[in-house]
Amino acid sequence: MRLLKALFGTPGNALVSLLLLAFLGWLGQALLLWGLRAEWRVVGENLPYFFVGQLPQERLPQVLGFLGSLALALLGWLGGLQVVRVPRPRLLFLLGLLGSLLLLPWPPTLWGGLLLSFLLSGAAMLLAFPLGVALAFGRQARLPVLRLLAIAFIEGVRGVPLVSLLFLAFVTVPLFLPEGLRLPQVVRALVAFTLFAAAYLAENVRGGLQAVPKGQWEAAFSLGLTPFQAVRYVILPQALRAVVPALVGQYIALFKDTSLVALIGLLDLMGVARAVLANPQNVGLEREVYLFLALVYLLVSGSFSYLGRLLERGLGLGVR
Amino acid sequence: MPRLRDLLLQGLVLGLVAWGLLLLLAEARSRMAAQGIPFSFAFLSQEAGFSLSEGLTYAPGEGLRPFYPSDTYLQALVAGFLNTVKVALLGIVVATILGLLVAAGRLSANPLARALAMGYVEAIRNTPLLLQLFVWYFAVLLKLPPWEKALSWGGVILSQRGLVLPQVGLGGGAWGLALGLLAWFLLRQRPLWAWGALALGLLLGWALLGPPLVYSAPERGTFGTRGGLLLSPEFAALLFGLVVYTAAFIAEVFRGAILAVPKGQWEAAYALGLEGRDAFRLIVLPQAVRIAVPPLANQYLNLAKNTSLGVAVGYPDLFSVYSTVANQSGRSLEAILLVMAVYLTLSLSISAVVNTYNRRVALRWRL
Repeated sequence: MRLLKALFGTPGNALVSLLLLAFLGWLGQALLLWGLRAEWRVVGENLPYFFVGQLPQERLPQVLGFLGSLALALLGWLGGLQVVRVPRPRLLFLLGLLGSLLLLPWPPTLWGGLLLSFLLSGAAMLLAFPLGVALAFGRQARLPVLRLLAIAFIEGVRGVPLVSLLFLAFVTVPLFLPEGLRLPQVVRALVAFTLFAAAYLAENVRGGLQAVPKGQWEAAFSLGLTPFQAVRYVILPQALRAVVPALVGQYIALFKDTSLVALIGLLDLMGVARAVLANPQNVGLEREVYLFLALVYLLVSGSFSYLGRLLERGLGLGVR
Repeated sequence: MPRLRDLLLQGLVLGLVAWGLLLLLAEARSRMAAQGIPFSFAFLSQEAGFSLSEGLTYAPGEGLRPFYPSDTYLQALVAGFLNTVKVALLGIVVATILGLLVAAGRLSANPLARALAMGYVEAIRNTPLLLQLFVWYFAVLLKLPPWEKALSWGGVILSQRGLVLPQVGLGGGAWGLALGLLAWFLLRQRPLWAWGALALGLLLGWALLGPPLVYSAPERGTFGTRGGLLLSPEFAALLFGLVVYTAAFIAEVFRGAILAVPKGQWEAAYALGLEGRDAFRLIVLPQAVRIAVPPLANQYLNLAKNTSLGVAVGYPDLFSVYSTVANQSGRSLEAILLVMAVYLTLSLSISAVVNTYNRRVALRWRL
């Protein structure tokens, strides 16, 4: 009853509701009619290809084990932060980390499909972390040369499209390597993504650093800590804690951005979709494939946002 | 001696960075020289030899004109830059309007409008832009009927060849309208006179010089159209993709800004006797704009940078012209450095403009 009143309470509101309902009805009908006639076999036949690319079938259990260990490590980490309740979080984290390191599919040339999107964004985020934190401190440094260098790097990377960084890495990395050493394409893409992520990470971490009250520095120094100790034990933990939600958001954006590697011929989820569509059997099935892709991306991004909200609540951000 | 130590430290860092960069550059140069293609920008004045599907370039003495294969690489890049600017400017305007609409939907009292707007924002923000561009191009625009069976609807013609929109231009009567508007502005203190002058200008202009607006609906022939505005499928896909994607982010910026205005401001406005709409327009909106400007500028910057994804749907923007130039001339390194410098200049100028505006609308605290 309240819903009806909210929808049709005033004449203007009723008109808007009717128009939107008509639109929804038309959309639903069109989708249903199309969905019944669509050739979903193109998705079903290529399902493993979409998820792990050209990884040999016999290595699938290894990938599952790897993902399982990763989930275990994540659970342990969340438990350690007291976001979820698990027994022995530290042990779980270490076990998961060890398992995922042991089971990581190697070499990177085998990575493909959703697994590649996952690993590329995860590896870039991890590698960018030290660089990003250093840049964030550099940007706030008292010494003008350090500050200018950090600003030049951050603004330079943020001012150009990611796709141009990707192409730059592809063109230049081979020029700087010793003769005879050829880096696989995945690694070159990883270089570009790491630099890109570091610049954005630096800005996020800077926000966190600015949120730490100045008194914390003074308190740390008055306890006799060296500047390094003050950063390590007092400032950074508080700064990072404040930016955890922003970092989850950045990871989601990076995960979506990995789709750009399809433009340089890598077979990530998007690249696999293009390869499937290039198959003469599947000509004209763009709608089916792209809808499936959109659902996968939505599901992955959605679960990460959920995780982010969980973290935010668990850390008591904005409450404490 | 902390000052001396600071100086030494800075000198050391600067030296290390410079040494690293120089080492890399020297290595790249010698490697390129060994391959017989020394680092140089001389290729820019060579003949391009490829054609672009659309776009104007600059030629000395001729001004702006379509790009021909006999033009230079530099002129090709100029055409790409102009295409980028075109789609970016149009995209920013349309995305802002759509973003405002969606933000209104998200803040609406109507639960259906709220749910729809939220579904739109979540679906768009959680899928990659590249995927959305592919959907627009391959799954929507190229799936339109062929030219012979084009859909025609109120002067709009939809087909695989692109979109033909009716063109609206200014006619002779526009002078009368302009004079009427000027008179209306000058006499706006006395409404009766002002509206009378406006109507007089409009009618006189119409009677003497013709209609103020000329609407030319495209005519469909067997091979093409006459009149009207043609959007190529590539341009349309890039524009729609960028607009729909960025509008979702812009909607969130506006929504956040309006919600960030303290509730007390609404209450104060009501207490002064302002009605709902006036309270919003006179009290809340000016404060929300102030909050929205910096994040909005970020979204504009993102849109401008994302035009580089035109390469995915074959629209000849700066980046896709770059990739053709790099393939044809073999000068990928020089070309990408040039293109990145252009994007950087574009980004820095957008943020300079916004920063200036921001300084003007930002709160000034007077003591």
